[in-house]
Formats: sequence, structure tokens, C-alpha cells
Amino acid sequence: MDVTSELYEGTLDCVHCGLCLSDCPTYLDTGRETSSPRGRIYLMRGVAEGQIELGPGVADELHLCLGCRACESVCPSGVRYGALLERAREQLVDAGLRKGQGPRLERLLLRSLLARPARLHAFISAIGIVRALRLDRLARRLLPAALANAQALLPPIPPSPLRAPLPSWTPAVGERRGRVALLEGCVMRELYGAVGRATIAVLTRNGFEVVVPEGQACCGALHAHAGDLSFARSLAERNVVAFTEQGGAPYDAVVTHSAGCGAAMKESGGWLPGRSDGLAALTRDICEWLDESGLVAEPGRLELRVCYDDPCHLVHAQGIADAPRRLLSAIPGLELVPHAGASDCCGAAGTWSLGHPEMSARILDAKLDAIEAASPAVLTSGNPGCLMQLRAGVEARGLAIRVAHPIELLAEAYGMAVPGQR
Amino acid sequence: MPGVRPPQEAPTSRSDAELIAGLRRIVGNEHCLTRPEDLFAYGCDALTLDAQRPAAIVLPESTEQVASAVALCAYLQRPFVPRGAGTGLSGGAHPTPGAVVISLTRMRRILSIDADDRIAIVQPGVVNADLSAAVAHHGLFYAPDPSSQQVCTIGGNVAENSGGPHTLKYGTTTDHVIALEIVLPSGDVVRVGSDTGFAAGYDLTGVAVGSEGTLGIVTEVTVRLSPIPEAVETLLAIFDDVPSACRLVGRIIESGMVPASLEVIDRRTIEAVEASVYRAGLPQDAGAVLIIELDGAACELQAQLERVRAFAYEEGVRGLEVARDDAERARFWRARKGAFGALGRLAPDLYVHDAVVPRTKLPEILEKICEIGDRHRLRLSNVFHAGDGNLHPNISFDRRDPDELARVIEAGREILELCVAAGGVLTGEHGVGNEKRDYMGLVFDDVDLDAMRRLRDVWNPDGLCNPDKIMPTTRPCMESNPKARGYDAVPID
Ligand SMILES: Cc1cc2nc3c(=O)[nH]c(=O)nc-3n(C[C@H](O)[C@H](O)[C@H](O)COP(=O)(O)OP(=O)(O)OC[C@H]3O[C@@H](n4cnc5c(N)ncnc54)[C@H](O)[C@@H]3O)c2cc1C
Ligand code: SF4
Ligand code: SF4
Repeated sequence: MDVTSELYEGTLDCVHCGLCLSDCPTYLDTGRETSSPRGRIYLMRGVAEGQIELGPGVADELHLCLGCRACESVCPSGVRYGALLERAREQLVDAGLRKGQGPRLERLLLRSLLARPARLHAFISAIGIVRALRLDRLARRLLPAALANAQALLPPIPPSPLRAPLPSWTPAVGERRGRVALLEGCVMRELYGAVGRATIAVLTRNGFEVVVPEGQACCGALHAHAGDLSFARSLAERNVVAFTEQGGAPYDAVVTHSAGCGAAMKESGGWLPGRSDGLAALTRDICEWLDESGLVAEPGRLELRVCYDDPCHLVHAQGIADAPRRLLSAIPGLELVPHAGASDCCGAAGTWSLGHPEMSARILDAKLDAIEAASPAVLTSGNPGCLMQLRAGVEARGLAIRVAHPIELLAEAYGMAVPGQR
Repeated sequence: MPGVRPPQEAPTSRSDAELIAGLRRIVGNEHCLTRPEDLFAYGCDALTLDAQRPAAIVLPESTEQVASAVALCAYLQRPFVPRGAGTGLSGGAHPTPGAVVISLTRMRRILSIDADDRIAIVQPGVVNADLSAAVAHHGLFYAPDPSSQQVCTIGGNVAENSGGPHTLKYGTTTDHVIALEIVLPSGDVVRVGSDTGFAAGYDLTGVAVGSEGTLGIVTEVTVRLSPIPEAVETLLAIFDDVPSACRLVGRIIESGMVPASLEVIDRRTIEAVEASVYRAGLPQDAGAVLIIELDGAACELQAQLERVRAFAYEEGVRGLEVARDDAERARFWRARKGAFGALGRLAPDLYVHDAVVPRTKLPEILEKICEIGDRHRLRLSNVFHAGDGNLHPNISFDRRDPDELARVIEAGREILELCVAAGGVLTGEHGVGNEKRDYMGLVFDDVDLDAMRRLRDVWNPDGLCNPDKIMPTTRPCMESNPKARGYDAVPID
């Protein structure tokens, strides 16, 4: 690493106080300094100062990190850990330390599947067929472990109407309060089409005209987390064009219903300095936007006991904890029950769980214990990775708990029959 | 000098390979770390100066594993260093080169809670705040509350005799620990103290608490729990300068009241905290803020609150805020407890100093401390436990600048000499570690130091257990030792 680089400068913000240790899932699991935020930052600094080599050990520790950024939420010194991690992982790739089957496969899938809507659609359809033919057990044996895990994590593939593209324009219901653009999201579109539809329904019911701009791309979050910053930059560039340079008058907001996408778009200014600042400033999580602009349509009753679990990239990366809770509480009859460790990572962390299934399971177990103790009817969270992980966990334990995005409950409270999914 | 041994040489007779193979057998491969990255990461605690690399790190999960690892080190004559969360500020957990770090972070079970007798038995790796959280539903808490309590371990607290903002009323760790299980440097396991708090014979618990890991490794701690007070009031008194805040502290204490805590935060610290995630809305144009916490029976508290209020106005307080609820109280405390880390925003490194002076001398000493900082062109800030005269002058610096680093060390020494000359001591709660061992001569003469050495040598005869801590390696700095005046000065280092 270059000692004058941005990355190196960033590591100097850390004063080694250790106050972040207890919030780090990998430190808690292993008890190891090397697997703690402070340890990782120290490794980055050590490499930059030539005290240790940029070798496989550093690579392992930086990839054992979930990127949950819980450490950032508690750091008094203002260390921007997420940005450091992205830069450092890029350097690992540049240094040739991300070789081997796993990383190569990850890069391939991210670049040529996730970011290509048509291919992703075909791929998800293929999984649907495999499952329908009950070939998934066989597939589990034939596929590499990580892919088999991924397959097991996927929720039931929604029926095709839900996987169709979202309408490119939906008018506001009643008095028009503004015009927003929606980032469709790659995983959200294929697996959580109901959430996209619920998002549009709630926005329009509250006076917003919703545009789903053409030419928008995947947000690039997973690519950046994997150290593929150059690809993430190219995706961000496409989104800058789609959301800020076409479509006539500027949007009042660019709304996302996925915490991971929202965090990536808000921080895309770091990827494309100067270029992406406008997009970053416009980006809002759906709960944040509704909370900020206020509900004008009165939600109907939903007699439900509900838990809300914070997605890391909402609470830690975007600092949003109250907005989703306030929105849910605005639904008459809905009882929001707290559970321990709501802001702790669920162990999904994008593609991380696929490479670290055992630690992921232990982290998820703690989460499920807390959920079970609170015994809700619905468990809500606003990010596709979390929804998948939580659903898989709830199912594995045989709990009668529905897993949903908060916006789905709000849509239901408005009496909208969105074909449900667990 | 009788009884003074030369510092222990790092043993080289047996190979690392033999050591590591043995350690792996004891704790399992996964819990014995030897990659260069691990040796680097375990090179220091929260004091990053003078980092060293150990030969290996082990993370045992039971007393038996600790005892076996220690016995192996004793057999191979290897130094070993206990470590908790590594939040120590005096380099207590710094390894000597080639040492084995024995990390207790995986021994984090609360073994028993007896709510009626108000006792808990915990493993040493239990995090301080987790213990209080675990007993809260019994209406109890664990009183010592270092600002690092969300992270630091009970074992580390025992070793450092840690205190916290509430030490003023509740005392330090030693007042709350009644029994210990210790793996002695020979590998023998002993129990000291008793669960009743009374024990016949020598008070070995008292000896072990505060011994900074130089007498053995604590593997079980029996602590006393305290009832959560019926009522709490937390005030923020806002002043134009630090001396005025200190005068109010004096008034309150002289009145006979025993507040739970009296904490001063100066302007530079306020600015740093307000720029951090722990911002609590402290006024940034204030010269100092004094956090006053009163607790006890609800009926008594209002009267105390009124008296404090009256004193505050007499001392020229600029504003007085009372925490409206527990959430606001928590916010004030988070700001106070995040202060050290927040000061990290000012420069890459922070030197957290720790010294104690008689409380009545606070205003004049603080003024002189600021002078020292200015003279050395350093960014110095103060956040401290005013009620017990425990100062934390903090110096923000960049260790990559050798000239600045030299000035930091020089200023640190001058501050200590100033405090000692005023009748103070070297450390209030962060320990001597390797940071201050060569200043021990400022307060102790050869005979005193020799008595300490001989005590240590009884349990730690080979000096393998946490070497190079507490006791000066060179002869004490007699030049500045009033008791030793007239002898030839021996330079430090
Ligand atoms: C931001 C911040 C705020 C702080 N605030 C305070 C404060 O308010 N009050 C205060 O007193 N201190 C404070 N400290 C200092 C530090 O947190 C305490 O000294 C704490 O007790 C250290 O605990 P640890 O688990 O981190 O121990 P470590 O730093 O890992 O070790 C400290 C010492 O204890 C020894 N040790 C650790 N575990 C054992 C064991 N099981 N048996 C024997 N020896 C052992 C080590 O060898 C070392 O000498 C603060 C530190 C920071 C970074
Ligand atoms: S809390 Fe921040 S400053 Fe402290 S060790 Fe962690 S990253 Fe570094
Ligand atoms: S991002 Fe999460 S896993 Fe990574 S160091 Fe921070 S807290 Fe630990």
C-alpha cells in the first residue's frame, strides 16, 4: 500500500482505544484481536508502514470481516471503516491475493450474473425449475459448496408476474406531493418483487408519483465489498446517468427498498468523487423517505405482534434506526415488540455467509434465540440479504413467524393485497 | 543493592517450535495463533508506543488450559503475558519479545449469580458491562465502571484495580472483589479470599488486585454486586473555565455530601465529543462542563440537589441542566465515556495520562499542566475524575513525528513530577505497566521498591509472568526522589 494513500490516511483516525471490539461479530465469535476492527485497521496500517507484508493472513482477516460496520456506529474517533475495507480489499485483488476458485467464481457471478438483469432472470428461473422438478437435492451434491449454500438460502422463487419489471411510471393517488425515482435492485427484483410493488403502492398512496428509470443498474455494493471497485464505479456511473441526467425534471428523491443498495448509493460519492455527489444526496431509504415526508394516508388496522430487525447497512452505514420503527408503530393495532440485539448482524452480510457458513450459523443462532424469546407473528427487516437469512433461519427452526419487509406491512395496512411470500 | 535482580533475558535455549507444538496440544490448533499478522496485532494494548511481537498467542477456554499453558511456559522458561480486551493504557498487556500472550477473551461465562447474597462468580474474560446487564433484572449492578466498560474484561479490571467515574462513592475494583482463583506462575491453581468476603490469614485477594498480571493469571473472580440506587439525578454544570468547575467540586465535597460522581470535561474535549457519535448536546462554547451525579434514597435526593444548585450559582455557574430521564442521563454518560476515543479525532495518536493529586490542589495543578502542554507546543486536553483528584491530561500527537513524540514524553514526565511534588501519585487507575515503571523512583526509594520486588518474587520467582512491568528495569531515578536526594543520579534508560 502506498503510505500517502487515502487508505493509509484513513487508518490514522484510529487511536486504538478498542471501544469497537464488543460490537464486532467476528471478535465476539473468536475472541481474537486480529479478527477485531481495531486489529484489522492496525493490519492495514502495518502493511502501509511496511511493518508486515500484504499476505494471505491479511487477506483472510479482511475477508472474515462481515462488513457490517457495527464498529463504525460506536467509534468515537470517527473511523470510516467501511470505506477503508473497500479500499483494502481492492488492494488485495490488485496484489493477486484473491486467487483460487472461490474468489474467481464470486467475481464472475457478480460481474456477469448479478449485474445483468436478463441473465439473472434466466438463472433464477432455472433454479425455480430445478426446485419444481425436485432436483435441488442432487444439485446440492453437484454444486461447489458455496453455490449449494446459496441455493439453500434462496426463498421460494416468486411467480413470474412478481418477477416482471416494475411499471416504469405510476401516478400519485390523490393530491400529488412530489415525484420520486425507485431503484429496482437486482436481487430485490428477482426475489422480492412483492416488496417493489408494495413500495410503489405506499408511495403513490402518499402522494408520490413513482418513476422506475430506464437504464438503471445494480448499485454495485456487492462488487465493492468483494474488492471489485472498478466495476462498482462503472455501475455507479450508469446510475448517475439514469437518476440524475435523464427523465426531465430532477426527482425529489431516489428511493431504495434495500438497505445495502441505499448505503452504496449514498456513499457512491467516494467511488466517483464529484460525479456522484448529486445522486448520493438524493438517495433515501424507503422508510427514511416516508418518515421524513410524513404519511398522509391513514393506515388501517393490523392486529399483529411484530419485531423489527435492523439491517446493518441501514442502522450502521446510514444511521437509520428510528424511522422504520416509527412507521410500523403508525399502523393501528400493530404491536412492535423489542428483541435483544436488534442491531446486531444476522450473519448474512451479502455473500459473506456463503464463504463462512459455520460462523454465519452461530451468529444467526443468537439472533433467532432473541427473536424466539420475543415471539412475534412477523419479523421485519429491510434488506434482501437479511430477509433471506432470517427466513432460512426461521424455517430451519420451524418457527411460525412470517418474515417480511416493513413496507409490505404498511402496504397491507392500506388494504393492498400484494401476493404474499415468506 | 540487596535482592535486586538483573532483568530477565529472553530465553533462547528451547526452540519456538517445541513451545508452539506444546501450546497447540493444550488449546487446540485453532486457538493458538502464530501468523505474523497475529503476532503484530497482539503487539500492544491501547498504548501503541513500544509495541513488541510475541512468539504466540493462546486463547484458552478453561482454568485447566491456562494452568497447562503456564506450566509449559515455566518448564520452557518462556515469559508469558495475560491479556484481556487490550484496553489497558499503560502497556500492561504488551508482550516482551518472544513471550506467549495468554488471552482470556474466550473465558467469558458468568458462572453463577446469587442475587440474595449479592455475589457473582465470573470468568476473567467477562466484559464489565455485560455483568451489570446480566444482573440488572435482580435490581443489582457491578459498581466499578471504567469508561471502557463496554469492552474491558473483569480480569483486566482486577489486574489494574480499575476505577471509573463512580469510584468517588463506590470505590475501585478492590472494594468489590472478594475471592479469586489464580493460576500461579508455577502452574499451580490457588483460591484466595472467600465468598463471604472474610478470610483468615493474609489478604491475598488484596495483594492480587492491582498486581497488573505480575503475580499470576486470574481465572475466576467472585465479585460483590450492589443494589441499583432508588433514585438518581444527573446534572450538567456549565462553566467558563476549568478552575471554577473545580471550585464547585470542592464546595460539594466539603459540605459532606458524597455524590456518586464528579467529572470535569474541558473545552477541547467537549468539541471532540460533540463531533463524534457520542454527541450529547454539550455547549461547545463552555470552558468546562462538570457532570454531577447524585444517587440514593429518593427522599434525600431533592434536598441534595437543591444544595448543589445553590453552590453552583454561588460559584458562578453559567448554566445548569438536569437530565430529564434515563435516556438523557445515558447520553451524558456516553459522551463522558466516549471522550478518550473522541479525542482521537484531533491527531493520529493519543497519550492518555493518569495521575492523582490532592483534590484541593486541582485548580493550580491544572493551570501548570496546561502551561507544560503549551511550552512543549502540544495539544493537551483534560477530562478527569475531579472528585478524587484523578487527572487525565490527554495529549494528541502523531507518533510518526519523532520530535513531537519526544516532546510528548518530556511533557508527560514533567506532569508526573509536578503531581508527585504536590503530594500526588503516579497513577489513579491505569496502572504502571511498562509505561511508568521507570518513574517508580519518583515516589519510592530503593527499600520500598525492594520490598515490592521481593513480594513479586515469592509467586513469580523466575520473573516469567508479565516481565518488564511495574518494577523499574534500570535503577530508580533517584535524582527526583526526595527520599534519595544526595545519591548519584542514574539516568533513565
Ligand atoms: C477509552 C478508554 C477508557 C478507559 N477508562 C478507564 C477508566 O475509566 N478507569 C480505569 O480504571 N481504566 C480505564 N481504562 C483503562 C483500561 O480499560 C482498564 O485498565 C481495564 O481494566 C483493562 O482491561 P482489559 O480487559 O482491556 O485488560 P488488558 O488491557 O488486556 O490488560 C490489562 C492488564 O491486566 C492484565 N490482565 C488481563 N487479564 C488478566 C487476568 N485474567 N489475570 C491477570 N492479569 C490480567 C494484563 O496483563 C495487563 O497488565 C480505559 C481505557 C480506554 C481505552
Ligand atoms: S473505536 Fe474507533 S478509534 Fe477505537 S479502536 Fe475502534 S476503530 Fe479505532
Ligand atoms: S465491519 Fe463488522 S465484522 Fe467487520 S470489523 Fe467492523 S464490526 Fe467487525
